[in-house]
Amino acid sequence: MTPTEYEYLRKFLKDNSGLDLSADKQYLIESRLLPLARKAGLSGIPELVQKLQSGSRALITDVVEAMTTNETFFFRDKVPFDHFRDTIMPEVIKARAGRRSVRIWCAAGSTGQEPYSLAMCLKEMGAALTGWRVEIIATDLSQEVLEKAKAGIYSQFEVQRGLPIQMLVKYFKQTGETWQINPELRAMIQHRQLNLLHDFAQLGTFDVIFCRNVLIYFDQETKINIFNRLARQIEPDGFLVLGAAETVVGLTDTFRPIPDRRGLYKPNDPRAAAAKPALAGVAPRMAVMAGR
Amino acid sequence: MKTCLVVDDSSVVRKIARRILEGLEFQVTEAEDGSKALEICQRQLPDAVLLDWNMPVMDGFEFMGHMRRLPGGDQPKVVFCTTENNVAHIAQALSGGANEYIMKPFDKDIIADKFAEVGLIPVGQAMV
Repeated sequence: MTPTEYEYLRKFLKDNSGLDLSADKQYLIESRLLPLARKAGLSGIPELVQKLQSGSRALITDVVEAMTTNETFFFRDKVPFDHFRDTIMPEVIKARAGRRSVRIWCAAGSTGQEPYSLAMCLKEMGAALTGWRVEIIATDLSQEVLEKAKAGIYSQFEVQRGLPIQMLVKYFKQTGETWQINPELRAMIQHRQLNLLHDFAQLGTFDVIFCRNVLIYFDQETKINIFNRLARQIEPDGFLVLGAAETVVGLTDTFRPIPDRRGLYKPNDPRAAAAKPALAGVAPRMAVMAGR
Repeated sequence: MKTCLVVDDSSVVRKIARRILEGLEFQVTEAEDGSKALEICQRQLPDAVLLDWNMPVMDGFEFMGHMRRLPGGDQPKVVFCTTENNVAHIAQALSGGANEYIMKPFDKDIIADKFAEVGLIPVGQAMV
């Protein structure tokens, strides 16, 4: 791939998905797009770029989806799910004892492993949540990915990544070479298509937001914009969970890290945050639309 | 250095498993059936056993039963690694004392994930 082709793809992805690749991500493009090019009967990346330049619409969607779909597996990174079980949920159960409901948003739900992992965590809590209304909303940019998440069907390879064998036996049903997550867990999750660059105020407010391994792809301004809008969708005592390589530090005062709980954040008092003029300066366009 | 006993009647599988496990910093010994594996365990128990099910002489399930009854035999983490990929076999293995279960074919990521799951390697290492 020539530098010109790489630059074209960078700009193309930025414009079409908000994905912001740094100058050294050639390997990522090649590993994701070469299989796609081959599948489309093209000789390689250069021909793929030509096709994109000529405006092949189907290909545009495929390229965006291939580049924005994360490799994902059950209980990815493990620690966030320990936090969910040991820190987040005990606090939520106490704080919401009156209304007995909890709303959770997986903002980069991908092929479903993360929302289903959360559903399994909640099931494992058993009696503590009896009689509670539990809502998990899983959103993703890609329709194809959402369909897979909705079906909850995984290959033998996929169910062996991160999923303890006891959980597989307990929560999945085997059909030939594939495994499908039980209807009871599937019913806990609503799947919706959503681009984080667009307004998401209609989703309502949440007690817990998982937004992992998606913001790393965005540039700083977009990250700040998304954090500020996430802050409007989270309860004042709610939790935000970010990926291991992500942070709010240095970007926004709308959230603060929780000490000794890596990846866990709490919203700051909005009045305190609004008092910082530096934030007003980067207030994003879409924030106005989002309103509250 | 932790030790892992790889029990499989296929020398190719043993070789692949050895390469993966040595990458995860295990000291690896091999056995081609349950009976040979049991002899090794009677001399010294490993930290981990990667265990095939169907083998001549003594199968993996029978081996696990004998090993678990050795003094200290409850200590090694047993991870089955077999083409038997149905729930009945998995349930049987777990109730017989297996800690984890890999359905073949496997790769480095799966072995690392499963070994991390039972605490044989730190979680972080599985993600490399």
